[in-house]
Amino acid sequence: MRSILAVLGQAVLYALFAAFVGFFSTRPQYRPLPDAHALVKLSVSHAGALKADCRRRTREELERLPPNMRVPAECPRERSPLVIELALDGRLLHAETAMPSGLARDGAATVYRRFVVPAGTHHIAVRLNDDGRVPGFTHQREADLTLVPGQVLVIDFDSERKEVVLL
Amino acid sequence: MERVLHSAAFGHSRNPVATILERIERRLDGLFGAVSNPLRHLGAIGFLLFWVIALTGVYLYAVFDTSVAGAYRSTEALSATAYGFGAVVRALHRYASDAFVAVLLLHLARELAFGRVSGFRRFTWLTGVPLVWLTFAAGIVGFWLLWDEVAALSAVATTEWLDALGIFGETLARNFLGAAAVNDRLFSLFVFLHVGLPLLLLAGMWIHVQRLARPDTRPARSLTVGTVGALIVLSFLQPAPLAAPADLGQLPQAVKFDWFFLAPNALSERGSAAVLWLLAAGGTVLLLSLPWLVRTVRAPVAIVDPANCNGCSRCFDDCPYAAVSMTRRGDGGLAVVDADLCAGCGICAGACPSATPFRSVAELVSGIDLPHDPVDRIRRALTEVLAAGEAPVVAFGCRHGADLRALEANGVHAIALECAAQLPPAFVEYALRRGASGVVVVRCADGACEYRLGDRWSDARLAGEREPHLRASVPRDRVLVVGAGAGEERDVMTRIARWRRLPVHAARQEAGDHA
Ligand code: HEM
Ligand code: SF4
Ligand code: SF4
Repeated sequence: MRSILAVLGQAVLYALFAAFVGFFSTRPQYRPLPDAHALVKLSVSHAGALKADCRRRTREELERLPPNMRVPAECPRERSPLVIELALDGRLLHAETAMPSGLARDGAATVYRRFVVPAGTHHIAVRLNDDGRVPGFTHQREADLTLVPGQVLVIDFDSERKEVVLL
Repeated sequence: MERVLHSAAFGHSRNPVATILERIERRLDGLFGAVSNPLRHLGAIGFLLFWVIALTGVYLYAVFDTSVAGAYRSTEALSATAYGFGAVVRALHRYASDAFVAVLLLHLARELAFGRVSGFRRFTWLTGVPLVWLTFAAGIVGFWLLWDEVAALSAVATTEWLDALGIFGETLARNFLGAAAVNDRLFSLFVFLHVGLPLLLLAGMWIHVQRLARPDTRPARSLTVGTVGALIVLSFLQPAPLAAPADLGQLPQAVKFDWFFLAPNALSERGSAAVLWLLAAGGTVLLLSLPWLVRTVRAPVAIVDPANCNGCSRCFDDCPYAAVSMTRRGDGGLAVVDADLCAGCGICAGACPSATPFRSVAELVSGIDLPHDPVDRIRRALTEVLAAGEAPVVAFGCRHGADLRALEANGVHAIALECAAQLPPAFVEYALRRGASGVVVVRCADGACEYRLGDRWSDARLAGEREPHLRASVPRDRVLVVGAGAGEERDVMTRIARWRRLPVHAARQEAGDHA
């Protein structure tokens, strides 16, 4: 009698354990975004223009260098920081100046940001400057978009075609 | 009698969580038996679940298509296998993994509650911590292989979380910006990680139990049947969910979610990556520094007396922490103790043939012994008890189980030991021959030994199944072995009273008065 009760008790506890595992393996449901919202992802990885042009070294400068390093042109490797602005419906959502990567600041500058926005129609403006010698912005893109709930809008920069893309 | 009791402190103070946990475990002992009590064998269940996951994983790997387009399709096709066999195997793989996380965290919490973090356990504790990371890493990548909406969510959340650390040259999350970014090569990497990380986990589990002799890595049969059976039933009742195919441009409104593995993803996405880093890194650093924060008084370790060691290697066989090794000496052997591994339990002294009290030496010196609590102290205490009482009942009890003071109050003469298996069995015969009317050995409950193996070795020696054994000529009706934990003093008294054929009621009352 006692052993039957013990077996029953064990069965109940094993069942509770399985129920616990089965429950939290699927429930409660996860909601990645609040209801009726969409996600805007600003993700840019871009190597901007060199900070300065190549420069011819003067004769005196060349003479001061060791003979094996007397190259007439001096080309700085440092790139311009990436200035980026994102505006939604005329309101500035984000402004950032991203430094190029690498010790010599000669790599790509990276921006990665997520914005949860209400679904619906929005006016989106992206402005970008990748060349420190040019005032203002070098690239812009504006668009009127309708975001459905849950949509992920990716804002990227195509470094080859030199344009802001909306995916 | 006070002198005997105070010769070494009784009982070790426990924190309240440990006391409650112990009470629950003892309740479950009543239901499962300590040998199959899940709470007492969480590590062993971990190993069992690992093998279930590995076995089901091999099947899934065989039918899985490792390409972006094929991954989802081949997972979906599992339900179309005969009798839905494939789907059940997949569900079992999933639920055994979930159970692994639950068991892992319980095991960690239990060892923590019992304060098993420092001293001779430091190695086992420290090697346990990385297993938490490996478990989550191995499991989370597994979800990506399905390439459904949950996979996409988790892949993005995980890479965004890693990027938040800012130590990777590129932005990892850019691999999941759009369908075009995800390619078959990336998928081969997932598969590689989902095979490699579990192998690393297994290696880590193996290292984790290296400092333990006879680690408990195989659960008893009924525990195995119960655990695996429950998960199989669950797998039939509730197929593992598969969300809609991954669409990186569209998040689901609400989706079935595996909280065991993916809760960190949800936390970093809806909360913040920084908070999750703080929790994960802070938690890890805290766990890793616990052995130095929780300072336990270092138990003095066992010492070998070469003059009394004959090289029989019984101590080597019985040490629960593999702290004894045997070296060559002339044509025999000599035991050597590694002080860093020794728990100071005295089980080795109880195993040594030279620790027999019948030796006619003024001071009993064992081949291996605890210098602060030697077998000579046990013999002196016993001599004192035998001289004082008329045919007394002598109890040898461990300091980690029932409180022996309750026995004292009931007219049983108690002698405290560090572990019941510290007692060389010859002491039982010695006590009976010198006038004791009976001998009680009070050890921890089955499978609940503070030093892992003491209850087993003590029983086996007294039953004559293990060396050194209690001689067959000793009348067994005058020897009682009781397994009991702290708080079960009344039980012990009842057992003793019944054995002495005393009215149980009277004994109860006395024990009650004491409490
Ligand atoms: C993959 C996960 C793990 C598995 C499969 C596992 C397995 C085991 C096994 C089989 C034992 C031996 C039990 C015995 O023979 O008495 C053990 C002991 C132990 N484990 Fe784990 N473990 C895991 C994770 C952890 C973690 C995360 C921690 C803590 C950070 C931990 C801490 C300990 C401690 C302190 C002991 C020593 C118990 C003693 O000395 O009495 N383990 N584990
Ligand atoms: S005291 Fe315990 S841990 Fe130390 S050597 Fe002896 S049996 Fe091993
Ligand atoms: S049990 Fe005693 S005699 Fe045997 S090896 Fe160990 S110390 Fe030596």
